[in-house]
Amino acid sequence: MKKNLPLCSPISPRAREIICIILFVAVLPFLTDALLGRGWVRIVDFAMLYIMLALGLNIVVGYAGLLDLGYIAFYAVGAYCYALTSSPHLALAYPLLFPDGLHLSFLIVLPLAALLAGGFGILLGAPTLRLRGDYLAIVTLGFGEIVRIFMNNLNAPVNLTNGPQGISMIDPVRIAGVSLNTTQQVFGFSLPSVHLYFYLFAGFTAVVVFVSHRLEKSRIGRAWMAIREDEVAASAMGINTRNLKLLAFAMGAMFGGVSGTLFAGFQGFVSPESFSLMESIMVLCMVVLGGMGNIYGVILGGMTLALLPEVLRHSIVPLQQAMFGRTLIDPESLRMLLFGTALIGVMLFRPAGLWPSRVRRRELATDEAEQ
Amino acid sequence: MFIRTALLLTMLALAGCGKTASDQAAASGEQVIRIGSVAPLTGPQAHLGKDNENGTRMAIEDANAKGIVIGGKKVHFELISEDDQADPKTATIVAQKLADNKVSGVIGHLNSGTTIPAAKIYSDNGIPQISPSATAVSYTHQGFKTAFRVMANDAQQGHALGMYAVKNLGVKRIAVIDDRTAYGQGLADEFIKAAHAAGADIVSHEYTSDKSVDFTAVLTAVKGKQPELLFYGGMDAQGGPMARQIKALALNVKYMMGDGGRTPEFIKLAGDAANGVYASLPGVPLDKMPGGETFATRFVAKYQPIQLYAPYCYDAVNVMIAAMQKADSADPAKYLPALAGISYDGITAKIQFDVNGDLKAGNVTLYQVQQGKWQALETVQ
Amino acid sequence: MDIFLQQIINGLVQGSVYALVALGYTMVYGILGLINFAHGEVVMAGAMLALSALTALISWGVAPLLALPVSLILAMAGCMLLGFGIERIAYRPLRHAPRLAPLITAIGVSIVLQNLAMMIWGRDYHAFPQLIKNQPHYVGGAIINDIQIIIVIMAVVIMAGLMIVVHRTSLGRAMRAVAENQHAAQLMGVDVNRVISITFMLGSALAAVAGLMVSANYGLAHYYMGFLLGLKAFTAAVLGGIGNLRGAMLGGLLLGLIESLGAGYIGPLTNGFMGSQYQDVFAFFVLIAVLVFRPSGLLGERLAERA
Repeated sequence: MKKNLPLCSPISPRAREIICIILFVAVLPFLTDALLGRGWVRIVDFAMLYIMLALGLNIVVGYAGLLDLGYIAFYAVGAYCYALTSSPHLALAYPLLFPDGLHLSFLIVLPLAALLAGGFGILLGAPTLRLRGDYLAIVTLGFGEIVRIFMNNLNAPVNLTNGPQGISMIDPVRIAGVSLNTTQQVFGFSLPSVHLYFYLFAGFTAVVVFVSHRLEKSRIGRAWMAIREDEVAASAMGINTRNLKLLAFAMGAMFGGVSGTLFAGFQGFVSPESFSLMESIMVLCMVVLGGMGNIYGVILGGMTLALLPEVLRHSIVPLQQAMFGRTLIDPESLRMLLFGTALIGVMLFRPAGLWPSRVRRRELATDEAEQ
Repeated sequence: MFIRTALLLTMLALAGCGKTASDQAAASGEQVIRIGSVAPLTGPQAHLGKDNENGTRMAIEDANAKGIVIGGKKVHFELISEDDQADPKTATIVAQKLADNKVSGVIGHLNSGTTIPAAKIYSDNGIPQISPSATAVSYTHQGFKTAFRVMANDAQQGHALGMYAVKNLGVKRIAVIDDRTAYGQGLADEFIKAAHAAGADIVSHEYTSDKSVDFTAVLTAVKGKQPELLFYGGMDAQGGPMARQIKALALNVKYMMGDGGRTPEFIKLAGDAANGVYASLPGVPLDKMPGGETFATRFVAKYQPIQLYAPYCYDAVNVMIAAMQKADSADPAKYLPALAGISYDGITAKIQFDVNGDLKAGNVTLYQVQQGKWQALETVQ
Repeated sequence: MDIFLQQIINGLVQGSVYALVALGYTMVYGILGLINFAHGEVVMAGAMLALSALTALISWGVAPLLALPVSLILAMAGCMLLGFGIERIAYRPLRHAPRLAPLITAIGVSIVLQNLAMMIWGRDYHAFPQLIKNQPHYVGGAIINDIQIIIVIMAVVIMAGLMIVVHRTSLGRAMRAVAENQHAAQLMGVDVNRVISITFMLGSALAAVAGLMVSANYGLAHYYMGFLLGLKAFTAAVLGGIGNLRGAMLGGLLLGLIESLGAGYIGPLTNGFMGSQYQDVFAFFVLIAVLVFRPSGLLGERLAERA
């Protein structure tokens, strides 16, 4: 593939950069598979779902400064949207109405799920416009729990979500007739399912990064940041704070919805357990730990927190064996213990996150100067 | 310091991935067969998860002590235990990890919500999976040839409980509480179906959660309906305190639970409110099966009192090994047909699978707490 | 009628537990403007420590009626140490950091404490010994027992005690000064660090009391018990107006009542369409409704401008 790329061609350095990234992404699953094993490709797949979620939450928390502890609800909306329309569940619950289930195409469900999640975003945003800071946090937390509880209970009197049993046998993502659940042969390369999903998720992550990037630099993005810094002043400058806050919730929610749809297709099974409060908290941790408001920081945060528990899972037993010759401390509790310690440690040494946005770093510097 | 530790960890992780200590055993000329065990080892259900792991571990150690020969070679079984945190996503990650580690079979997972998504990965990789404890009917109805369980499903157990309540205990007015988990809700719904069909009235159906400790509000609501029997679909950690609160509220009912309640933990947590409580356990009582009692004493001596599913894990491993011996191969593709058609005398039941991978004879035994101990009452089909 | 009365009693008892924990949240919030997400785990640690002390004392032959207060004091001391340590390690270095940084360390502390507890006390649920005879009392057809009465009284007494500390002592004056403006307080000669440490220790001692009460009432202790309790108490504190002691009490009691009445009467009210599975939904709806009309809680005055 390399020789298609003449080194002294008139392409700009920017384009070359992008091509390099694409090449890197293209070989990454094969590299991971060969060096670490296929399980790691799956872990990276999930990490990308979390990066998408974190970037979505970054719009709400990082740009607009609205603390959201119920973000996972939108992920759930997206996931259930795909699960309902692409599984035999409806056929089993309502054989008369849907004799074969809906089995809509992924490309139709995706925008629908995004829109529905966006609608839920506005639904959450509307009653919370007047709230600030920690009060907003508890209301969003409540919203997340409400959505989860409804999903957990809507199996009676109307069986919509199949309750705690969850919905299984969800169709895999199918694009142009190609199912991503089976190994495909492309140009002599054998692409297993996890690799296919890797490329799909990488594509969506790229779109999400691009949109985030454009939003950040746009008038809307600047208005969000103005609201974050001082809502009253922003309002006085003629910014329609109500609409912009709702827009932030809706945009963030849409990213969550898209990510949820992908999750449902990838996992083949959704149940309310996947959308607990702890997940919302984890996504928030990714945003804050990475560096709120900075796209690269948030990506780094998402990657770190999604990969760290798995890295620990793989390393604790060998590490203990290397150090003491046997497994001395219960590896599972030690894993979570180290994870918690890492959260504390990173925040202590880098209070603005691993890779803070430039504006934030400046603010922090002036803050300290004032002290 | 922290960053250095993290770096060190990462490096070790990269170095250690894919390689386990077992490769030493392979060097000594034995054939190593890896068996995976998955259960939540952290989080609120960790005590049950550890119990599963111990049951599996004991079966594997027993098999190693026997010196089993498969395919003309002496084999050494190796346990790879993973923590799925009772989280569906983590379940698929560890399932893939086990597939990477080339396990020959998997005992797990504990919860239905983790077993179902993981089953797909085991099926894709052709790895037989025996769940010792997942009871949701849909687990074995996804069309995967690799999915088995050595536990009665919700329908089998709920039916036995409902029939027993109405026919043997003679109650007419029944109240039901479930904990809104896949297990509790599934079992409660099947119980209701059976009790209803047998002619009882469900006078009240209330709900709680698997993290609650206070049930006074729902119990008070139940009290207003004056039921004769209260069925709780849920686990011991809630069922025990609930028994105490039933007593404290002077709610005069017979109290019944499924297998989630038939544990020593329940008696411990319920205190003197435990006496007279009914619960069920799939299979036949351990002391009725050959080898059952010795298992129990050895297990207690080695680890701790049996929580719940350890005997089923023990059976699951043994039935898997029996299939390997029958096929004379540990290659999943070769021994899978043998597993599907096996007939094996376990310590919990005679194990035979139907076409779905469910137990053919879904025996369920009913127990009651008498003088602070679970006593078997009757085994029903 | 006796059913209704019983639900009120259930709600009051449960609410008092929430209030006891919520007081700890609200004290820290009032002074630092920080949600101490690890507070629920301190409650858990209190319960576990008390239980261990109690078991040890009983096995040494100490009389139950003596062992109970002694183990409470030991648990309080342990929790105070824990609270002091948490503040020193996880919060003090971040006092001038961006607003959300301490939230993340709080979550980290909470994960660490949970898993430490799992290492120390194991994964099993621990039964709490029934030491004193828990005598039931009948009030108009409803039942309340000794421990429940003690819980309600304790909550009221502790809140009153805290009010006195905050409004009548020099320490309380220092606390209020720090809450108002840390720099100004410092200039006036208040040792800000010391005041904040003491606040954390006080809150943690309350957590130990709450932990013991909870496990005595429900008969169990477990390393995971703090999470849900902490969450509910935090909700209660916000409902009442976080940062306000009376608000925490009011919010706790209200939340308890809302939950028990919700569980008892959603079913009949919606004609069986919804039931007690929606009790939390009901509670959160009430919370949202309250916050829409009073954006800083029922008794909260200060508008928190934080994100």
